[in-house]
Order: sequence, then structure tokens, then C-alpha cells
Amino acid sequence: MFSTLDFDVIRRSIGYLFYEGMTFTLTLTALSALGGLIFGTLIALMRLSGYKLLGRIAGLYVDFMRSLPLVLVIFWFYFLVPYIGQWLTGASRPIKVGAFSSSLITFIMFEAAYFSEIMRAGIQSISKGQPAAANALGMTYSQTMRYVVLPQAFRNMLPVLLTQTIVLFQDTSLVYVLSITDFLGAASKVAQRDGRLVEMYLFAAAVYFTISCFASWGVRRLQARISIVR
Amino acid sequence: MNYNWNWHIFFEPNPMGTGTYLDMLLSGLWLTIKTALLAWIIALVAGSFIGVLRTLPSNTAQWIGFLYVEFFRNMPLLVQLFLWFFVLPELLPRAAGLWLKQLPNAPFWTAAIGVGLFMSARVAVQLGAGIASLPRGQKQAATALGLTTAQTYRYVLLPLAFRIVLPPLTSEFLNTIKNTAVAITIGLIELTGQARSMQEFSFQVFEAFTAATVIYLLINFIVVTGMRFLERRVAIPGYISGK
Repeated sequence: MFSTLDFDVIRRSIGYLFYEGMTFTLTLTALSALGGLIFGTLIALMRLSGYKLLGRIAGLYVDFMRSLPLVLVIFWFYFLVPYIGQWLTGASRPIKVGAFSSSLITFIMFEAAYFSEIMRAGIQSISKGQPAAANALGMTYSQTMRYVVLPQAFRNMLPVLLTQTIVLFQDTSLVYVLSITDFLGAASKVAQRDGRLVEMYLFAAAVYFTISCFASWGVRRLQARISIVR
Repeated sequence: MNYNWNWHIFFEPNPMGTGTYLDMLLSGLWLTIKTALLAWIIALVAGSFIGVLRTLPSNTAQWIGFLYVEFFRNMPLLVQLFLWFFVLPELLPRAAGLWLKQLPNAPFWTAAIGVGLFMSARVAVQLGAGIASLPRGQKQAATALGLTTAQTYRYVLLPLAFRIVLPPLTSEFLNTIKNTAVAITIGLIELTGQARSMQEFSFQVFEAFTAATVIYLLINFIVVTGMRFLERRVAIPGYISGK
């Protein structure tokens, strides 16, 4: 049954797959994780701020994003971002937004909801004595967060944050619905051009599998190394 | 925003001749529900089996459970659906492959089974953790009473573990519903897919996606409310969530 397969197609397209596709996937993953973490931390701080209104807004945002399928959110932003850009810049027509920026904005906004729940759990896991001690030293709210609470919360939650990033890495394959050339998109384009669906999809699956396996193994090792003995 | 809003679009006839645009969305909703329910049944059955394997004293069983979970967790759902849909029929013997390809509703069955297996790995992890979180005394007491391993799981461990992991299972069920949207890539025209085709036919992008969004929020609300009710019904007295 393997006699009709031609795995040479992988060798012939490997440059395209990795230089175009994988670069897109990895850049999108890294920038979305970074942006999602920053926005997620802000949302978590809003939820825990004690201002009822701020907390409600942040809570609604998180619940809203988490109730929607990522595919629908990708479509939403793809069509919405040009209009938001027009509104922000005061242009007369909806502005053109590239495939990369559009998907980057989507993933940052979407992942912020998930990262915020992780950071919220991290902040809540810090004992009350920590901010109280910071207060007693005369630190302001932002100093307390910046120097005392957030570094500890971040460290405690690092394995969970990285695991979520692996999920994000896999989820970026969904930009396929916008016909963007990420790793899977590149594989699919070659597959359809050469009529080699079986070889290309098996290869793509193997690559995703290998990267995710290594990454989660790394996270497990990191977790064992950095966990604070209490 | 210079966008031409038209909320009456839902009551205008769709170009497929199947009624109004609203009917289109509702048929998508029905397909989402059907796919998600079938996928969830598969996820629960396979996930429970693997979850139990992961907690058995046998090394082989644990190893199988570990491999199963790693296999389904380390590939994007989209890639898994492609494997089932495009690759599997080619690797099977010719007759079986042909039969698979000619199956009516192939996207529906592929989506239900693909999403179901993908979610089963997550169910297995949750259930395994639930069983592991039970006090050791439960299992020892069951052994002392002379129950076999199968009986211990059937009458002691699983009834407790399922109730403990009910809240995480609720979110996994919600994830199952959301993940059916990925099947749009293998041609399953469920709710998101119908919203997308409504946008293509009518050019009313934001009305179509708003409607789909509202429906997803409603589904979420109904599931969460229903599961809260179930959680209260089956709560174990003496546990935090119990009476």
C-alpha cells in the first residue's frame, strides 16, 4: 500500500515548508504568547483590583472569549480589524490589514482570556503576607505588583503558561481557514499542487507531534527544576 | 463605521432555497449539536476506559494510557481531522478505502469521531486525576471487602471520581462543542460554517457572525446551567460541593 507513495515530495518542498510555513507558525506563536501574557496579566489585575466595574468588564471579556470557537473568532477579527483600523486612524475606507497582523491580533485577544485565568490563579496563590509586607515597607500598589507579587505568580505559573503556549502552537494551525501559509497551510498547498495529500499530511502530523512532544517534555523537566520546595 | 447594517436579513430567503437565512443558521446549529453529542459520547467512553488504564497497577496498562494520551494531545485537532479524512482512506485496503470515501455524510462521521478521540485524551487525563485524588482508603477498603479490581472500579472508585471531575468535564464538554467548528475545514457546514456561507451569499458579515456568536453564548449558558443542576443533584455529602 505504500508502493504508490512518494515521500520525495517532502524533500523537494522542505525549504518552502520550513522557511515560509514554520517561520510563520513559530513567529505567530511567540508573539501571540507574549502579547497574550501581557494583556492577560492586565486583565487578571483588573479582575482582582477591587474596583467592581473593572472586574466585571474583565470577567465578561474572559467569559465571552472562552465561549466562542477559535475558528469563529478568527473570522470575526479577519473582517472586523479593517473597520477598527479605519475607526482608529480616521481613514475614509476600511484599511487593508495583512494576513499576519490580522491573525496576530486575533490570537493575542483570544489567548489573553486564557492567559488571564492562569495569571489570576497565580496571583491568588501568593500568600496574603507578601502584599501586606510590601505595604508595610511603604510600597505603592504598582511597586507591590511589579517587585513582589507578579514575579512570584509568574514563576509559579510558568509551567502552566508554557503548556498553554504549546496549545497555542497547535491552535495557530487554524489560520488555515483564512488560506494563510503557516506550516500546515504550506503543507496543504504542496499537497494539493502535487496531489500528495497522504505524504504531506502525515509529515505535517509528525512534525507537530515531534515539536509538541519535545516541548511538553521540556516543560515537565523545567517544572521539576524550578518548583519551589515549601 | 460605514457599514450597511441590515438586521432584517435573517428573514430574507436564502439562495439555497431552503427557507430564510435564519433557517440556514438553525440547520447549522442542529448539526453542531448532533456532532458535539456524538463526539462527546465517544470522548466519554474512550476517555473513561483510558483514564482507568492510567490508574491501574499494571505497568503495561499505564504505558498504553500514556501513549494514547500523548498521541492525541500532541497534534493539532485540525491535523488529526485531516489524517482521518484524507489519509486514512488511502492507507486502508482499496475496498475499505473506497467504502469510506463514498460514505454519505463523511464529514459528519469524521468530525464526530475525530473530535471525539481528540477530546477523549483530555477526558482520560481528568478522570485519571480524579481517581488518583481519591483517598487510598477507598481502594483498600474495597479490597478488604473482597471486591475484584473490576468491582472496585465499578462500585467504589468510578462513582466517586466521576462526581469529583464533573466541573472539569463540563468545560471539556463545552470545548467539544466549540471544537466541532474546526470541522468546517473538512466541509462540515455547522453553525460557524453556515454563518460563513451566509456572509458569502448576503455580504452581511457582522449580522451573520453576531447571530452565530449569540447562539454559541446561549448554548454555553444552557450547558453551564444544566451542569450546575446536575452537580447539585449528584454532590457527595461531606465533600466541599456536597450538602
